[in-house]
Amino acid sequence: MQVSRRGFLKLTASGIGATTIGALGFSAARAVADVRLFKLAHASETRNTCPYCSVGCGVILYGLGDRSKNARTEIMHVEGDPDHPVNRGTLCPKGASLLDFIHSPSRLRFPEYRAPGAKEWKRVSWEWTIDRVARLMKEDRDKNFLAQNGKGQVVNRWTSTAFLAASASSNETGFVFHKVIRALGGVAVDNQARV
Amino acid sequence: MALETQDILRRSATTMESAPSARSFRPEVAKLIDLSRCIGCKACQAACMEWNDLRDVIGTFQGTYANPIDLTDQSWTVMRFQETEVDGNFAWLIFKDGCMHCAEPGCLKACPAPGAVVQYANGIVDFQQDHCIGCGYCITGCPFDVPRLRKEDSRVYKCTLCSDRVSVGLEPACIKACPTQALTFGSKAEMRELAAHRLVDLNARGLAKAAVYDPSGVGGTHVFYVLPHGERPEVYGLPRDPSVGALVGFWRSGVARALGVATMFGVLVAGILHYMRYGPLEVPDESGGAGGKEAQP
Repeated sequence: MQVSRRGFLKLTASGIGATTIGALGFSAARAVADVRLFKLAHASETRNTCPYCSVGCGVILYGLGDRSKNARTEIMHVEGDPDHPVNRGTLCPKGASLLDFIHSPSRLRFPEYRAPGAKEWKRVSWEWTIDRVARLMKEDRDKNFLAQNGKGQVVNRWTSTAFLAASASSNETGFVFHKVIRALGGVAVDNQARV
Repeated sequence: MALETQDILRRSATTMESAPSARSFRPEVAKLIDLSRCIGCKACQAACMEWNDLRDVIGTFQGTYANPIDLTDQSWTVMRFQETEVDGNFAWLIFKDGCMHCAEPGCLKACPAPGAVVQYANGIVDFQQDHCIGCGYCITGCPFDVPRLRKEDSRVYKCTLCSDRVSVGLEPACIKACPTQALTFGSKAEMRELAAHRLVDLNARGLAKAAVYDPSGVGGTHVFYVLPHGERPEVYGLPRDPSVGALVGFWRSGVARALGVATMFGVLVAGILHYMRYGPLEVPDESGGAGGKEAQP
């Protein structure tokens, strides 16, 4: 761009004039300041229990969308549940970063099976998994169930398989779990809440 | 929030003497950080990142539990861990660093970009990144070394005290997460009472020098501390008597602005006068004759 000496002086002078006027307060901008828009205004709330330790803190999962038919609820925020008696809204650093755990690319999302001797895990269906677990339990129980001990006393024990329950289960889930396993004769029942 | 709604108390590089002010009955909010209760778990740090959609780069071990090692444009609060001696005994001090939300903010005073730093009526000091010019003067102006310049977009970031949550009546994310109640949030008056109550408790437990850190040099802060070793705020990394530098105060003052405007006017007037008196600069033709021009390459 070619600017003549005269043109340059004119530009400079008008520039100085404009900045001076601006500096004197004749600014065009409105005095507006905005906080970031509150991101949870209409998010759907789902209560849940933190999956980590045995404290079992209540969390609220905030999902994108209002649960209408066509809105796929993507979890976009996780916060402590203020109404939960265990944590009353607070969380530890692991609980506070649950969002990244939920969306972790390495998170296990479906049952996987590695056959004995195989090197690869392969995806299997829930139906297949439940059938297989039931089959293995039945086979093991049929083989090792003890109806009587050495003295001929009735014991109805199944000692060769142990069961581990999750601490995040509710009282009701724990009750049902215990009843089912005891009904099968299971004696090795433990819970993560013990740790 | 517009100026008309009277939610803004101060605005950087803006004269606001006649700002609307009838809505004067507003509680100031405050965050109280009780370091005697802090276990350094970093739940506040995680909750801050989660709420504000920040993900800092994964750092490396630097000989302390702090990670990242310092505040960054992506980490607006950071737990610091100091190993030091207090009264002849080893002390492992845990400290939550972040913006103090001063009543007289040095960043706001230093900022030359109109509206890039605002102070809301509830006391929160917030950066408006769309107005930020990336000069970094707020970093120089801050007595607590809090704002961080983001290289990728040349804008400055810091803790907002979750102004988006507070504006809809919620507590900040860090406050909500804290599992030991080391962080509490409420009106400044309420927090002062709580802090005084905590001091009585700490004194009774043998921490006779416990104190509240709410420095008057910056007009008090809306994030303030209960320090178990209150007589030595330096051991936590806090300045003893923080204040906004005199130069920072001067350079945004009316005197400096008047001087600047006067200089600009002076140069303009002098230029015009000089032109009127001496006219345009004539280069004397030294080579003589018509041959001069042709001699130029």
